[in-house]
Amino acid sequence: MKKLLIALLWVPLMAFAAGVELHPDKAPDRSRDNAALQNGAKLFINYCLNCHSASYFRYNRLTDIGLTEAQIKDNLLFTADKIGETMTIAMRRAEAKQWFGAAPPDLTVIARARSTVSYSGADWLYTYMRSFYRDDSRPTGWNNTVFPNVGMPHVLWELQGEQVMGADHKLSLAKPGLVKPEEFDVMVGDLVGFLTHIGEPMANFRKQLGVIVLIFLAVLFVFSYALKREYWKDIH
Amino acid sequence: MSCDETVDCGRRRLLVATSVAGGVAGVAVAIPFVSTFAPSERAKSAGAPVEVDISKLNPGEMMTVEWRGKPVWIIHRTKEMLDDLTKIADKMADPQSNRTMQPEYAKNEHRSIKPEYLVAIGICTHLGCSPSEKFKTGAESGVSPEWTGGFLCPCHGSLFDLAGRVYKSMPAPDNLEVPPHYYLSDAKILIGEEKKGA
Amino acid sequence: MGAANVDKYKSNGSTAGDLLEWVDARFPLMALWNEHLAKYYAPKNFNFWYFFGSLALLVLVIQIVTGIFLVMHYKPDASLNASGVPVAFASVEYIMRDVPWGWLIRYLHSTGASAFFVVVYLHMYRGLIYGSYRKPRELVWIFGVMIFLALMGEAFMGYLLPWGQMSYWGAQVILNLFSAIPLVGNELTLWIRGDYVIGDATLNRMFSLHVIAVPLVLIGLVAAHIIALHEVGSNNPDGVEIKKKKDEHGIPLDGIPFHPYYTVKDIVGVVVFLMAFSVIVFFMPEGGGYFLEYNNFFPADPLVTPPHIAPVWYFTPYYSILRANTVNFFWIDAKLWGVIFMGLGVMIFFFLPWLDRSPVKSIRYRGPLFKGALGIFLVSFFILGYLGMLAPTPGRTLVSQICTILYFAFFLLMPIYTALDKCKPEPERVTG
Repeated sequence: MKKLLIALLWVPLMAFAAGVELHPDKAPDRSRDNAALQNGAKLFINYCLNCHSASYFRYNRLTDIGLTEAQIKDNLLFTADKIGETMTIAMRRAEAKQWFGAAPPDLTVIARARSTVSYSGADWLYTYMRSFYRDDSRPTGWNNTVFPNVGMPHVLWELQGEQVMGADHKLSLAKPGLVKPEEFDVMVGDLVGFLTHIGEPMANFRKQLGVIVLIFLAVLFVFSYALKREYWKDIH
Repeated sequence: MSCDETVDCGRRRLLVATSVAGGVAGVAVAIPFVSTFAPSERAKSAGAPVEVDISKLNPGEMMTVEWRGKPVWIIHRTKEMLDDLTKIADKMADPQSNRTMQPEYAKNEHRSIKPEYLVAIGICTHLGCSPSEKFKTGAESGVSPEWTGGFLCPCHGSLFDLAGRVYKSMPAPDNLEVPPHYYLSDAKILIGEEKKGA
Repeated sequence: MGAANVDKYKSNGSTAGDLLEWVDARFPLMALWNEHLAKYYAPKNFNFWYFFGSLALLVLVIQIVTGIFLVMHYKPDASLNASGVPVAFASVEYIMRDVPWGWLIRYLHSTGASAFFVVVYLHMYRGLIYGSYRKPRELVWIFGVMIFLALMGEAFMGYLLPWGQMSYWGAQVILNLFSAIPLVGNELTLWIRGDYVIGDATLNRMFSLHVIAVPLVLIGLVAAHIIALHEVGSNNPDGVEIKKKKDEHGIPLDGIPFHPYYTVKDIVGVVVFLMAFSVIVFFMPEGGGYFLEYNNFFPADPLVTPPHIAPVWYFTPYYSILRANTVNFFWIDAKLWGVIFMGLGVMIFFFLPWLDRSPVKSIRYRGPLFKGALGIFLVSFFILGYLGMLAPTPGRTLVSQICTILYFAFFLLMPIYTALDKCKPEPERVTG
């Protein structure tokens, strides 16, 4: 009997061994680093928010990462009139579809959507944004190892420089950009940190509240367990 | 709490402790649910303060802007209009706006920060209709020969003067509401917010 | 214990007492209280497994209350908004961000869906190991299986509402099952969808069924389940009938009033459950991608199927059974067989009371044959569940075929192995 059970457990394990998966680089954690998130917000608004919207995220929510309303209004509010509005864009979706082959997706929850059981969406984005290379066969002149034949051009190329694909299928920097590779990684880390943040802006608060709730339930457990023992004295 | 054979004090103490803790939990759970009824961020954004440029509003004219889905009237009153306000004061239910819940700067005869500009919500304080303007004076207005201009509510006939003050013996109980507002500059009013620190 | 046999409440002279007397004279308040709580005698030897009935009731309440509040803000609308996102999908994010505390209510509801199945599966397993489906509790069991079926429907329809990629393609696959039905299949599928593709009409009817029709059915079934249970009395881990041994007042010797003994005990269970529930809600609301699937954060796109689609974890054992059928038998093709077997996989639970021929109820006194069969069944169920989350390969399909056979063998061979089994004698009274 036991042998049968073990055999039954083994077969599926063998069946699951196969399968090629992406192994993206680990994205740095920026969830409690407001300076980095602010930098990420600036990068997002300057580089991404022309084609991609973040249409569930309100500008005034940037106060969560330590910006004041005046700072948001003066430096970051380009696509809306009021600070309470969401990060929408003016580009028409039909035109965008013609230009890029697919309309650029809304990015509010992209970090959650790109997650898998094996890696976080932040990891995927962090690797993706650093994996563009020159490919003249593509209409944009760019290709990507994480997202093959992607419609998006390399928006940050001036910063990163130009990577090329070698014969060993590894990327190398052919033309340096405005910033050093290490600095570029930090910038992309900030940008991805911001995308992760807007995916669930209440995440930090959620965890804090969770601690309080659990402590309270622990107290309630002590009371209710003592009460149960008190009553059950009658039975045993 | 008396302890005798019929009352088990240890048990009662635990019962009270658990019930209180459970009650606290119940209230704590109710808070988020009750809070969902409050205006959402979208509603707050739509109801955010409105900036109005009044530089092109000539004396004797009125403009209407929308704030929180309600009409807000801005009237640039002439010298004569302001003089009339004093003359008809005794016909008013609350000429100095003392009675009603209004911002401090509306508690005067002209009911405004700057005498010539009235900012008021154009919703009758009776049952919420929007009064129509009757700026023509005298018999021509169709209201009465002594009419000095103002508003007539089409629903139940309440009359208001050019300061939004309600006449005596009208269905409407109070003067028109003055929304929170302040002057960003001579030509710009922000409606929906009190001046910070004021 | 009919209402007529119970003495009406007599006031002790206080205002509250007078009010109670007034009400009780007009409504069987005390009779109901006594019949279901204060004088409902439950066996005194309930163990860990007996928490899950009351917990299922708790989760039902959580789902209904959070659901009521979600409906106030959710919009079942498949059309695209100005940013090119379906309104339904955007309205879920609106709840998550713009509605005060909306994120908490939504996570409670999404976690509650999974918690419901965790609790119900454990509750069903309890029934299996202690023989709670046996005479005289057949109707209790049948109502229970109907609840399970209604719950599956409720969960499926609820999962469509966020209108993400998994919502869309999951519904696409499941609704297409109906097309396997001969002759009328395609017309039936069209009728169910109300469109040539899953669209606004489908979303709206699923919304209506999810928030009104199925919850009403569920509440009715739960009431029937509890009324039937309280008519025959609860089973217990020893599987012996406590009503056989009564004292001079007609009270079972091994029975204790449900209230206060099991109410205070269930409160402890509720608190422990809420702690586990809170850990998910506050620290891992996506449940590692099993409670809220990551792909469902992409809005529904009828033109692009995600590379890998799997149902939510609680459906995966049955999804595996569906996929395991790859052979055309007789004149029926594999697709229809898959649908038939998946349906039978749930329906077969209805027949359990009549398949079991054992002289004893509880696993404590059962012989090795039942224990072995139950073990194999459990392992097969878990493997099927696991495989249902993965993309099929020939190896995996073979494993799921074996497990499907073992799953059904547990039921179909039950009359044989339970009759042959060497059981231990049941005790006269409950133990422990």
